[in-house]
Amino acid sequence: MYRALADAIRDAEQQGISLAKLALETEAKDQGRSVDDIRAALRRALEVMRGAVERGMVGDLHSASGLVGGDAAKLRTGPAGPLAGTPFRDVLARALAVQEVNAAMGVIVAAPTAGGAGVLPAVLTGLAQAGSIGDDALVDALAVAGLIGAVIAERASLSGAEGGCQAETGAAAAMAAGAATEMLGGTPAQVGHATALAMQGTLGLVCDPLGGLVELPCVFRNATGSAIALTGIELAMAGVEFKIPVDEVIDVMGEIGASMDVRYRETAGGGLAATPTGRRLARERLVQIKKR
Amino acid sequence: MVSLLDIIGPVMVGPSSSHTAGACRLGLLARCLVGGTPERARIELHGSFARTGEGHGTDKAIAGGLMGFRPDDERLRDALDIAQGDGLDYVFEKTTLADDAHPNTARITVERGDRHAIMVGSSLGAGRILVTEINGYAVEVSGTYHTIVLIAEDVKGSVAAIATILAEHGINIANLRLTRKERGGDAFMVIEVDDMPGEAVRDEIRTLPWVRWAFRLDKVSG
Repeated sequence: MYRALADAIRDAEQQGISLAKLALETEAKDQGRSVDDIRAALRRALEVMRGAVERGMVGDLHSASGLVGGDAAKLRTGPAGPLAGTPFRDVLARALAVQEVNAAMGVIVAAPTAGGAGVLPAVLTGLAQAGSIGDDALVDALAVAGLIGAVIAERASLSGAEGGCQAETGAAAAMAAGAATEMLGGTPAQVGHATALAMQGTLGLVCDPLGGLVELPCVFRNATGSAIALTGIELAMAGVEFKIPVDEVIDVMGEIGASMDVRYRETAGGGLAATPTGRRLARERLVQIKKR
Repeated sequence: MVSLLDIIGPVMVGPSSSHTAGACRLGLLARCLVGGTPERARIELHGSFARTGEGHGTDKAIAGGLMGFRPDDERLRDALDIAQGDGLDYVFEKTTLADDAHPNTARITVERGDRHAIMVGSSLGAGRILVTEINGYAVEVSGTYHTIVLIAEDVKGSVAAIATILAEHGINIANLRLTRKERGGDAFMVIEVDDMPGEAVRDEIRTLPWVRWAFRLDKVSG
């Protein structure tokens, strides 16, 4: 797979093809598999994503600690806010739904990771539903998301323990922004700008889950990550360009992650986890590993 | 090389790709070292595994892996209870390994009948893993291929002998790495193969007089 998004964008432009087609053909060559085979795997991922969205919307799931669960259903049936009835609110609900399923040890697609698994299904299936976009285009979008994620994995990190939450929900937002931009008709160059615009908004984001549980704030970080992805999409589709090239934005995310204090890298030693209430909830709710 | 399908995946039981799915895969590989569900397992957790493992279900995931559950198996949620019924006697401990050890590292000691092994492995993020030590020897096993690992005396023709056994069983070698600490010292071989070799292949390799030990590890990723 590509190591620089700029190279992929250049190749797609030169060949006059979509980034999805380029990503699928590159993956097929790299792995010695057919494009159809890869599309079929992505289609299965899409089905699991949809299943998680639906499962989480029911509102009956709770995590082992009881700290999270039931909030996705509130967005579906609760009182209206200023965004009621818009795709924006629907995307937020979907993001919470998938992440509530994840926190309850349900089945999700770790794309790119389990902690950031809500953003991609929320943004892609939410916008596809709003725009009556079919499954083939969704599978293409997942291929673009995979391309962007692969570049981030090569140049920076996709691990909260290595790079903080910017490497999980931040990377997910960047992937979703780029993928949805092409799904909605954006050019390869616009995909690059959408990716950069989303990622710049999450730079420095720490990974600070209460008691180390992938629950709080993780569930909500998927909602805010989705909102940032929507921002990147809306701006890029309107023709806004981000002046720092996307690969440099990815590089700096990796640099920030590498220099981030260990307290902010999934250790529950800092951030929200270290607030008085965060510590108290962790003490009260944390399921301890049993020695036996 | 990063695969697109590694990024859009795996399909897994939550909540953490590194602390749950990756941990499960480490358990699956440790299981392979004793050829089935161990009777006893001691799992030492380092770094972020030690500090946040309980919240991520790392204990359930490793125990589930030791019992052969894959990362998308919903039984992982109840793995500790199932372990008690399955005769897996486990103990978890927090430890501190080397300063440069990856934050998500576990040392797993397993026993089954007369077989026992100690494995050190890390979960690198996004469900990817790397086994870095088996029975005190530095190794690199990613679990993305069926793998044979062995320690042999540094004798001439060792690679050819192993390759011949694999060829006779119709097994294609994808990658082969040979390392040794010093000339004449023990040589360490990691052989990644396309098809899962049977126990007979491992047994045949073990009967070679200059082979100290050999393990067969399943493909657990990709």
